[in-house]
Amino acid sequence: MADTLDVKEAETYNGTEHTRAVKVYTPAVDIVEKTNEIVVTADMPGVDDKTIDITLEKNVLTIYGKVDLDVPEKYRASYVEYGIGDYRRSFTLSEEVDRQRIEATVKNGVLKLVLPKAEAAKTKKIEVRAA
Amino acid sequence: MLLSELAGLTRGGFAGGPYRWHGYDTIQNRMKQMQDEMQRLVSGLTERPATAREFPAINLWTNEEEVLVTAELPGVNAEDLDITVVGRTLTLKGTRGTTEEAKDDECCHRRECRYGNFARAIELPYEVDGQKVGAKLEKGVLTVTLPRAEADKPKKITISAN
Repeated sequence: MADTLDVKEAETYNGTEHTRAVKVYTPAVDIVEKTNEIVVTADMPGVDDKTIDITLEKNVLTIYGKVDLDVPEKYRASYVEYGIGDYRRSFTLSEEVDRQRIEATVKNGVLKLVLPKAEAAKTKKIEVRAA
Repeated sequence: MLLSELAGLTRGGFAGGPYRWHGYDTIQNRMKQMQDEMQRLVSGLTERPATAREFPAINLWTNEEEVLVTAELPGVNAEDLDITVVGRTLTLKGTRGTTEEAKDDECCHRRECRYGNFARAIELPYEVDGQKVGAKLEKGVLTVTLPRAEADKPKKITISAN
């Protein structure tokens, strides 16, 4: 049945189609908001620093990870649980993020994005004095 | 979301039972593949990844000489992974430490990645030579190469003419 992986159809995403005939998956993410920054962790196995693309257009942050269709030769797929394909996910950022200082690292197929909060957006604690 | 989670629940969740080899084209195998495909399609539509799948997800490739098992293990270090082969069962065991934790005054908006311990047993289609098993972990993808045991390889029988 699933003899080869490369016969899969490319899916459309938000109405636009890809030029590469690969499937596009949504990576699992963790988003933790800290006092000074927002940390986004995305599971993207098969992706490294060279094949990942992060774009920020207006206030939409898009993560795109390209995965080589590394289908082993001379083997047949006897049992398939996960498909091989690219990753894409977009997030809308608030104005609070300091765009100049966004940092991204990839390790063991996991992307870590650190989005520092802009000075103005940091929470200020207001002291209440007893009168 | 609910659909994929329900489908995931029926399959045993996090530390699932051993995957059993049913041969190449049995009904169960086809059903499972269709179910997985549906789950993937549904999760793609709702833009949410499947959250309750068995971990790690594996693919199994075979030919006459070797079995190749690939698994998606994002964020797992090689030293935290334990691979054993006993008879026809391959076991993957390991742990993934958390990277970011929300403290008291911080908040967690999404929690979709898996952390903690995992274990999975996979039944192989034939006996393998435990001494020659090779494994590599690259970019969060594990590849285990398991050569078929000599004794188990198919023998070609020649018919002698009188």
